[in-house]
Amino acid sequence: MPIHYYIILAATLFCIGVIGVLTRRNAIIVFMCVELMLNAVNLMLVAFSKLHYGTYLKNGAMGASGIDGQMFVFFIMVVAAAEVSVGLAIIVMMYRNVHSVDINFLNRLKN
Amino acid sequence: MSLVEIIFWFLSGLALISAIMVLLSKNPVHSVLWLIAVFFAISGHYILLNAQFLAIVNLIVYAGAIMVLFLFVIMLMNQNAETEPRSKSTWIKLAGAIAGGCLLIVVVAAVRDSENLIQNIGGKAYAKTAVTTHGEIGLIENLGRVLFTQYVVPFEISSVLFLSAMVGAVVIGKKD
Repeated sequence: MPIHYYIILAATLFCIGVIGVLTRRNAIIVFMCVELMLNAVNLMLVAFSKLHYGTYLKNGAMGASGIDGQMFVFFIMVVAAAEVSVGLAIIVMMYRNVHSVDINFLNRLKN
Repeated sequence: MSLVEIIFWFLSGLALISAIMVLLSKNPVHSVLWLIAVFFAISGHYILLNAQFLAIVNLIVYAGAIMVLFLFVIMLMNQNAETEPRSKSTWIKLAGAIAGGCLLIVVVAAVRDSENLIQNIGGKAYAKTAVTTHGEIGLIENLGRVLFTQYVVPFEISSVLFLSAMVGAVVIGKKD
């Protein structure tokens, strides 16, 4: 498939995530939109990895070119899993304190 | 239209529609279910690109573990469509949508005409293509070999990261 299709698909998914972060007020949904943005970037990395694989294959180079992109996707998934566990713990603690998940209540951190 | 193109367009449409439904659902549980549909579509894309290991890991880690964690938290807080915080004005939603759309336009316009993505075949310009349906690099044999030779230090560091995240989650969530 032409790489432009993957770029536009991933950029659209990323921007849907951005719109979600900007417009929704439920902290859990904001968090889910961050996950959506991470997945859009993962899709882009895998597509570029296969793009470089094809380019090097055509030039007769070694067959493992482009594998670094897929390694990065693996590590992004690792970091995302750690991030979700800590972030959801923070949201649970916030709910315990203010009995709401509305992110507008977070401005109480000001004082 | 070949079979690969049909699968590509189907999965792309599924991903985009599900992603928009994540935003539009009032009930947070429905948002989680639509997000799982997005993850399944992206895993389908990985399989189409022959990244089989990442497809399975995406399903197990994201759709399996992380989304169950989200569902548990939502059910723990008893969230539903009635408790959903309402936005005060539609202007904020409109401004957010316009901002995201402008970002999309900028990204696509910046990347579309990039010379790095154009290749010349016989004097004519074509877009470079991502190799679909074949290629060895996505298989677990090759990824595992690279992970345990070239990337062994980041791999071990990520185990420390997991341990600290686990301890951090317990410390933050503890009732005191």
